[in-house]
Amino acid sequence: MGASVAFWVLASIAVLAALSVVLVRDVFRAALSLILCFLMVAGLYLTLSADFLAAVQILIYVGAVSVLIILAIMLTREVQRGSPSNRFRLPAFFVAVLFFAGIAFALLNTPWQISSTPPLEPTTPAIAGLLFGSGGFILPVEIAPVLLLAAIIGAIVLVREK
Amino acid sequence: MVGLEHYLILSAVLFSIGLYGALAKRNAIIILMSIELMLNAVNIAMVAFSRYIVPLALTGQVFAIFIMVVAAAEVAVGLAIIIAIYRHRQTIDATKIDLMKW
Repeated sequence: MGASVAFWVLASIAVLAALSVVLVRDVFRAALSLILCFLMVAGLYLTLSADFLAAVQILIYVGAVSVLIILAIMLTREVQRGSPSNRFRLPAFFVAVLFFAGIAFALLNTPWQISSTPPLEPTTPAIAGLLFGSGGFILPVEIAPVLLLAAIIGAIVLVREK
Repeated sequence: MVGLEHYLILSAVLFSIGLYGALAKRNAIIILMSIELMLNAVNIAMVAFSRYIVPLALTGQVFAIFIMVVAAAEVAVGLAIIIAIYRHRQTIDATKIDLMKW
């Protein structure tokens, strides 16, 4: 019961925040609604009993990504011009609605094999075992730092003053 | 009772909103924010599958962690590119950055 209420509250606020990201004229307010949406998604992870992911979501998205986005908004001084739409506004709307209709039709007509096992809690030791243990995801874990390093060096090279 | 379908529909709604924003907006930062919205929607679907279909395997949560890593790298490089373009051309209007358009 409590989980259902939490889901509906979090989901409705997340959808409203996401809508205001694409509809609000002020770029800065759009960024703030995006942060609200990230927070609600972290709450949704909690209702899915993914406690570690909720913490990671708050650390990475609410902490780091939002700061980067707000910094970029301030550095580009495009705030006065707002966030206008291009001339594909109506086609884009129809594409989005069609996409949603297709996905909803597909997933409502799929017989999902729901498992009745209660979820694992807490998830942190199990995820650590999967990421670093043998037979787990150790190779992607080794590749991810290379990607992050390349991204950091690329970002520095791109924005460095010549 | 909230089930798998609720989370998947929510994920599809968020993804569609992000898709609309990425297609219809002119400000490059808003486009990047819409892409982040889409990545978050996919993460919700991953975690919901992990919770309801294989509750003890946690594979979906590991996938979500890797999506977050890639998203962090993507947003860093993307914003760097936007700032570099802004320095050159004094605009981040995606319709005016058309050097490679035919």
